[in-house]
Amino acid sequence: MARKSTTQQVLVSTIGAWFFGFLIFFPILWMVLASFKTELEAFAIPPSFLFFHWTTENYATVQERSDYFHHALNSVIIAGGSTLIALLIAIPAAWSMAFSPTKRTKDILLWMLSTKMMPPVGVLVPIYLIFKNFGLLDSRIGLVFILCLGNLPIVIWMLFTYFKEIPRDILEAARMDGATIGRELVYVLTPMAIPGLASTMLLNLILAWNEAFWTLNLSTSEAAPLTTFIASYSSPEGLFWAKLSAASTLAIAPILVLGWFSQKQLVRGLTFGAVK
Amino acid sequence: MATRQTQLLARSLLTPAVGLLFIWMIVPLALTLYFSTLHYSLLDPGSESFVGLENFRYFLTDPAFLASLQNTLVLVGSVLALTILLGIPLALLMDQPVIGRNFVRLMVIAPFFVMPTVSALVWKNLLMHPVSGLFAWLAQLVGLTPVDWFNDVPLFAVILIVTWQWLPFATLILLTALQSLDEEQKEAAEMDGASAVSTFIYITLPHLARPITVVILIETIFLLTVFAEIYVTTGGGPGLSTTNIAFLIYSQALIQFDVGSASAGGLVAVVIANIVAFFLVRIVGRNLEA
Repeated sequence: MARKSTTQQVLVSTIGAWFFGFLIFFPILWMVLASFKTELEAFAIPPSFLFFHWTTENYATVQERSDYFHHALNSVIIAGGSTLIALLIAIPAAWSMAFSPTKRTKDILLWMLSTKMMPPVGVLVPIYLIFKNFGLLDSRIGLVFILCLGNLPIVIWMLFTYFKEIPRDILEAARMDGATIGRELVYVLTPMAIPGLASTMLLNLILAWNEAFWTLNLSTSEAAPLTTFIASYSSPEGLFWAKLSAASTLAIAPILVLGWFSQKQLVRGLTFGAVK
Repeated sequence: MATRQTQLLARSLLTPAVGLLFIWMIVPLALTLYFSTLHYSLLDPGSESFVGLENFRYFLTDPAFLASLQNTLVLVGSVLALTILLGIPLALLMDQPVIGRNFVRLMVIAPFFVMPTVSALVWKNLLMHPVSGLFAWLAQLVGLTPVDWFNDVPLFAVILIVTWQWLPFATLILLTALQSLDEEQKEAAEMDGASAVSTFIYITLPHLARPITVVILIETIFLLTVFAEIYVTTGGGPGLSTTNIAFLIYSQALIQFDVGSASAGGLVAVVIANIVAFFLVRIVGRNLEA
């Protein structure tokens, strides 16, 4: 397959790629390091890179003073809840469009895509007022609902492109053998769809976890997920860099791991199947 | 007949999704449209009255609108240019035989998974702080005066942060596209004596045209509504220097409580996004046929 490359070429491209990769990753690494420093060291000039007094005290303080886990739990509930509900609505819809397409299927799909193009700020005012009137401001249920609707088009699209790839012959064979739609769904389709479902869920969890328009505008404290919680560190009274870093490290760690597993699906999901 | 039953079932399975998305799109948009014709301030309840297109006149002639439109265009344009211009060489480099490529890819993609509030605050404090930030230290090291990023070049500082967040996305998509490029084609070109540069210009670049278009369109949709990065770093300031349209509408709605004017602005934002969406939907739609 690959053309032969000289050792020298491999060496040069390896060094180059590692250098730029490290450069791009560096801010995250720097933040993780700062989270193990004392506040004084985090602020110090010249900065210390590895030879500082390592401490985990920031992590303890973040939990004690600001109840980190409360916000982490909010993030889990909001991201997880909105993803689950979106999947429940999207699976039947995508299944129906992939396997019983009509003349209008393409139009419906494109229309769904176009709802994702609507800038959230265009409907900020009515959503905010509706939330205010129904007492949904700073409530988890409200955020679950909004994030679910916001990501629904992407979920349907991703599932649709995955379902499309399931060979139809298999379904026909099952039908010929007299399988009902229910059995077809449970025994034939589901096992083949699980990889697609898993990656759709993963990508949607990531998007919902990091969503920072609705969460910032519609939650303040009680329902505040990690995005809003971290934003509270932007207030100018007191520069707690080490604590900010500790809270941030905790906030991004789970999603970084999930994200690394779903790189391939990321391309597909975010380009609506246009690049695979 | 099974097919008829299937069709009926298919339709009933599709209905909840279509219905919900329809409500999600129509109700708030209709309300925005309605509010945009009212004099409606949350500070002055009960004073709502119909004012026609007055809010649009006010919003569109407000100097803040022109400033924020300009900031939006500069922000979107610069981030697009930077992510594409840096993403292409980076993707090309990562497409070379690299030892430990998977690990390099992990490092490159990582910023995309960092929530916007975290990346903005880490850059603002740990890296860009004018006294204790790492950049200030590096500048001093080479004898330069440290830059006070958020006072001297606030918009550029925001652009840097957003570029860092979106460079992974552009690189990953371009890399995926590069990896699907036919090796034999390149080999043939090389055997015919094509230089690396002309191979790039005549084979690689045309192959990247479509993924580049996709990157531009998708990034534009997200970049038009950059919000959290501005919210936690500059709050739109100093003055209006980092206020984009999204932030302007937010501040009119939830800081000045001027519902009417913010709604008019919201509709303007919808129109701008729709122009972009029009092209994206066409490209994706064409792909659907294939």
